[in-house]
Amino acid sequence: MKLTLKIWRQSGPKGKGLFESHTLDGVSEDSSFLEMLDQLNEQLLGEGKEPVAFDHDCREGICGTCSLTINGHAHGPEDSTTTCQLHMRKFRDGETVTIEPFRAKAFPVVRDLIVDRSAFDRIVQSGGFISVRTGSAPDGNAIPISKVDADDAMDAAACIGCGACVASCKNASAMLFTSAKAAHLNLLPQGQAEKDTRSINMVQAMDEAGFGNCRNYGECSAACPKDISLDYIAKLNRDHAKAKIKKIFS
Amino acid sequence: MNLDPQIPEGPLSDKWDNHRFSSKLVNPANKRKYKIIVVGSGLAGGAAAATLGELGYQVDCFCYQDTPRRAHSIAAQGGINAAKNYQNDGDSIHRLFYDTVKGGDFRSREANVYRLAQNSTNIIDQCVAQGVPFAREYGGLLANRSFGGAQVSRTFYARGQTGQQLLLGAYSALSRQIAAGQVKMYTRHEMLDLVTVDGHAKGIITRNLVTGSTDAWTADAVLLCTGGYGNVYYLSTNAAGCNVTATYRAHRRGAGFANPCFTQIHPTCIPVAGDHQSKLTLMSESLRNDGRVWVPNDKENCELNPNDIKEELRDYFLERKYPSFGNLAPRDISSRSAKEACDEGRGVGPGGRGVYLDFADSISRLGESAIRERYGNLFQMYERITGENAYKRPMRIYPAIHYTMGGLWVDYNLQSTVPGCFVLGEANFSDHGANRLGASALMQGLSDGYFVIPYTVGNYLARSGAGAISPDGPEVKEVLESVKERTSQLISPQGKRSSRSYHKELGQIMWEFAGMARNEAGLKKAIGQIQDLRDDFNKNLVVPGEGDRLNVELERAGRVRDFIDFGELLCRDALERNESCGGHFREEHQTAEGEATRDDENFAHAAVWEYKGEGEEPERHIEELKYENIELAVRSYK
Repeated sequence: MKLTLKIWRQSGPKGKGLFESHTLDGVSEDSSFLEMLDQLNEQLLGEGKEPVAFDHDCREGICGTCSLTINGHAHGPEDSTTTCQLHMRKFRDGETVTIEPFRAKAFPVVRDLIVDRSAFDRIVQSGGFISVRTGSAPDGNAIPISKVDADDAMDAAACIGCGACVASCKNASAMLFTSAKAAHLNLLPQGQAEKDTRSINMVQAMDEAGFGNCRNYGECSAACPKDISLDYIAKLNRDHAKAKIKKIFS
Repeated sequence: MNLDPQIPEGPLSDKWDNHRFSSKLVNPANKRKYKIIVVGSGLAGGAAAATLGELGYQVDCFCYQDTPRRAHSIAAQGGINAAKNYQNDGDSIHRLFYDTVKGGDFRSREANVYRLAQNSTNIIDQCVAQGVPFAREYGGLLANRSFGGAQVSRTFYARGQTGQQLLLGAYSALSRQIAAGQVKMYTRHEMLDLVTVDGHAKGIITRNLVTGSTDAWTADAVLLCTGGYGNVYYLSTNAAGCNVTATYRAHRRGAGFANPCFTQIHPTCIPVAGDHQSKLTLMSESLRNDGRVWVPNDKENCELNPNDIKEELRDYFLERKYPSFGNLAPRDISSRSAKEACDEGRGVGPGGRGVYLDFADSISRLGESAIRERYGNLFQMYERITGENAYKRPMRIYPAIHYTMGGLWVDYNLQSTVPGCFVLGEANFSDHGANRLGASALMQGLSDGYFVIPYTVGNYLARSGAGAISPDGPEVKEVLESVKERTSQLISPQGKRSSRSYHKELGQIMWEFAGMARNEAGLKKAIGQIQDLRDDFNKNLVVPGEGDRLNVELERAGRVRDFIDFGELLCRDALERNESCGGHFREEHQTAEGEATRDDENFAHAAVWEYKGEGEEPERHIEELKYENIELAVRSYK
């Protein structure tokens, strides 16, 4: 395959970015999108140019490191797929592919296609945990948890923290991420003790990090490589409202 | 080199209890006077940092990823073993211990493995309490599945994402400590050297991957939780960033490297598709519960559509050769059998390097929806990568480098030969011998991090006293300057060859001569080729740009440079270990049927390599492995 790549280059958070065009020939249909970028970088090195910086690690769709907005879609055009799992057979020979970083105020560009997603860590630090000291746990079977609840919590916990939800939302809201993290714990009996403070603190941390408000457009869930459901947003809204009301009357 | 394993007195089942009692404690009010550096934030590092922070120590934790939640533990799919015996199928701590030692082909240390089996049950409790959503039965209790090398069902799992869920558990505990100010987290920082003062580990040097700043950090103890070295083969199931630099640099500063030739090849990976390939993807071993492995009887049929090959023309070679374990034979044995079938010309797919993993029987027995429920995400992943639907057509699989049992030598306290430098998880060598059983890596990482290190590091600190040195001290400055010099030497805009191309070539040498089967002539050849490759690297490497900013090529060049040196060490170890055991198969030592033959008389030991200086040959030492509770036996899965 032969491709024209329109790629965003930016020297740093303050740098003025621009699109650069490159032609890449001899791309295998079986290679992944990131392997195609590896090939481009080898070509750039050969031409004495600086390779394009992009985030990636596990390359099997689970670590959440890879990002990229490809032809306007977070993680590219294929549903339920991270960029590293997107393969070139999904593109046409001769196609022009536009590659940009995930864009959001709360995700400043580090360099080229790499963005800083540490705001997600701050949200989790505000309440995305169950306070249990190492060694203090009761037997694993002490609390039976219905399969339905365990599966529901697992669906929420499947979030890989990539940030596609933020990048695809026109408000750059992090509500899908935050609600998935909160719901995973709020759904389980172990998570009940801290449910109210968790719901309030995580929403507050999300707001403070500079993410926009959720307007229920649903673009986040459509772009999510792990198909995290919008139901969790509804659940967090409920949990948050209940916690706030309890606070007023307590 | 002092290789006293420090195994506590007493019967096997009492050793850990005795040791915990005789260990010194640090007074709660004094813990905050101690600083501990944790490098790596996977299961071992994340669990250790969270637990030590919670105990009151000051912890600095470093990882190269942009957040601690992305360490490669996250990619473990199948599960985590624990001797809970919830299935009432005859499991016990002793049985898990026995299976692990036997699975490791009798090359691990009894006392460490027994402790691991003891801790396994606490791990499940801890993770459930953290909110890890393990699979459950309809009655609400925890579910189990079977895994290779065991005849009981003791593996706990969270769909095909067990590693992810366990890591998120450790990450949540770590996040809590970060919020509490007990742990300072430094992301996008790569450790480039270990600082020792009077032989004790007192700090590390890191490079900030965003700003390029090279800095020194000092502490009372250093914990290396930096994973394995599978990427020395270039193509492996490891993440792109996994590297040997932290442990290899510690090795250069005096830490003995044990059994580097013990590498694990996982039988169920998606085969290589072409030259562009940058990594290999694992299909969980759990698939072998319901999939049957086969190749055509006749070479002529390899090109046919597998669904058109009649039952009697198929060779279900694992079921044929290992009737009692069948498709669940351990990883090393299954991998070699697949290689043999392909060497005979009966392999399928591109290049003839693949065997079928067929779910047709299970689908007709249980229905497609039951298989989808169990492995849906894996089938989906397979389809994305290969473009094939495994519900309709058997998967193609082939072995790939997956895990490394070797690592820095540690004693019972997980302390390396450099006092104050502890090594946890895959980065150490201790628990899996020459072969690791499935679902045991997660167990080990968490056992080391949650349940072992809090005792042993406390004992070390209580005995050695607080004594962190200043980052401006002369010993620290010297190491810092040497790291800066090394980094600046790597920058070479005028060079001709990229670090990736060197890495690829190194990987080809390693896979050909030190992969699934090894022999003397091949290993000697590999050592020569690696030395030539190093010379070429030093002359022709290209790294553009500057060192004082984000520079991906510079990062990779440093890692590849260490991989080259380390690859040579691995081959040397494989050459000296003149026997076959576990993942280390020397063609000179096999039975007429092609089974590995161990040499317990001469090799029932861990080989520990001491670094002797640039260009010098390393020295091989040994730690004798004493088996007092298990009889050394031929490992048979027939």
